[in-house]
Amino acid sequence: MRRLRALPSIAILAAGYGFIFLPVVVLVLFSFQDGRLPVPPFKGFSLDWYEHVFANRRLMDGLGHSLAVALGSSAAATVLGFLAAWGLARARPRWAGAAQYVLMAPMTVSYLIIGMGLLITFNALGIPKSLVAVGAGHLVINLPLAFAICYAQLGEHQATVEQAARDLGASEAQALLLITVPMLWPALIASFCLAFTLSWDEFVIAFLLTRFDVTLPVAIWSMLRSGLNPETNAAGTLVFAVSIVLVLAVETLVLRRARRG
Amino acid sequence: MASDGRPDRRGGLARWAALPAIAVTLALFVAPLGVMAAHSLWARDGGATVASWSLANYREFLGNEALLAALANSLEVTLLVTALSVIVAYPIAWVLAYRVPRRLQRLALVLAVLPFWTSYVIRSYSWLLVLSENGVINQVLLGLGVIDAPVGMGNTRGATVLGFVHFFVMLLTLTTFASLVQIKESYRMAAADLGASPLQVFLRITLPLSLPGVAVGAFLTFVLAIGDYVTPQILGGGRELLLPQAIMLQVARRADFPLASAMSVVLMLVVTAAYLAFAKRLRMDRV
Repeated sequence: MRRLRALPSIAILAAGYGFIFLPVVVLVLFSFQDGRLPVPPFKGFSLDWYEHVFANRRLMDGLGHSLAVALGSSAAATVLGFLAAWGLARARPRWAGAAQYVLMAPMTVSYLIIGMGLLITFNALGIPKSLVAVGAGHLVINLPLAFAICYAQLGEHQATVEQAARDLGASEAQALLLITVPMLWPALIASFCLAFTLSWDEFVIAFLLTRFDVTLPVAIWSMLRSGLNPETNAAGTLVFAVSIVLVLAVETLVLRRARRG
Repeated sequence: MASDGRPDRRGGLARWAALPAIAVTLALFVAPLGVMAAHSLWARDGGATVASWSLANYREFLGNEALLAALANSLEVTLLVTALSVIVAYPIAWVLAYRVPRRLQRLALVLAVLPFWTSYVIRSYSWLLVLSENGVINQVLLGLGVIDAPVGMGNTRGATVLGFVHFFVMLLTLTTFASLVQIKESYRMAAADLGASPLQVFLRITLPLSLPGVAVGAFLTFVLAIGDYVTPQILGGGRELLLPQAIMLQVARRADFPLASAMSVVLMLVVTAAYLAFAKRLRMDRV
């Protein structure tokens, strides 16, 4: 009887997971295709296409550029977002509400529009397209995230410990670096990893703001013109794997801990 | 130093710590939107942009049938995607919240949203593999003898909708699940004790209490889908344009920044309107 009652639930989950994983499974499976087309039938297991990816100059350049942009923009976003969260939580200036509103605003606007705004502005100022411009765009989309994560973690508990440190003679900067930063370590890592994932995957801003030196998603985009190709599958699988590792790192490092606490 | 001899709690550093982030947001987000809004009122003369104020770009947008059709297509596709995603995600979230054993719940949820983290470009490309004429679905249907010749499913509105729904089902599963697990079991048990059938319990207790999560997910779906260029470009192709594709065409092919700006401003207004429409239901903090 219990079994029978569980049947519809199992059917719903199976259908749901099937739908959600279908394209991913096809992507990953046919990245190992021993043949020229990433479609059935599966002709056998081969790592050739991964070799192609690692030998593809454009993709490897894109990989390097993506890493640089993601590292730079996530680090900058995490530092600025943390400082802003700490400042607003501790000093509570009268304009804190307005500041919060401004800092979170980029979250409500499409990446396409953020990219367009930067493109038109840089164009008007005569600033050429470059990876630095992409990094600036990614800083804009990552900053609200970093701010929100850090702000949510800054409670009265840390304030008390910080105050104790100050009472014992630490300067404000010492209390910040030696007390607050170590206590917020998981939030800082989480914000860095999530920002990195967003930047690493981001396409449209990078597409608008680069010309010759492109990021990995833009390089993959231009591979699509050649149609279905197992090399694209292999590149996509690798990008996906990096994101998954980062997300799982956040999950284990921070969310677990937050749940226990 | 504060008057009681302790170091001032509201130190100098903390007071200024938020300024760099605010400056960055103003310089790289607020100002560019202002520049874009100004461009939307300027004219294009040859290849250059001239600062002569007028509503000509908006008139061109709203008077051009093809561009207007892109706006209508975007609204249609986005509303359809939002509705379908809610319908598909709700049962999944419900089963995850109430039928999956608690110790497996977190794992089941993480698994259900794992492909969320594939990049836009790759996710759409993956659907191309599934939908193309020699792709998985056609081969399976041919093998089963359901169809005699492959059916072209790429480059259609249906493919765009499918690609979108796939992504947003994961998002909505998350937000709906978050709402569902917060509903106290005692509410449902009390209703059942008072004689409500399981269907009545669902319709009068569970569904209304889970709506905040659905509303947040639906709003995010609307905002993210209507601004996305990648999915319609890869899966929908060029046969029928959505608004982001039309905007990109103005930029990439014609370098018409004023018209593209006007179209972007309209896109922003649509999103703002959606926000106001949802605002009463939206309690982001609760999810």
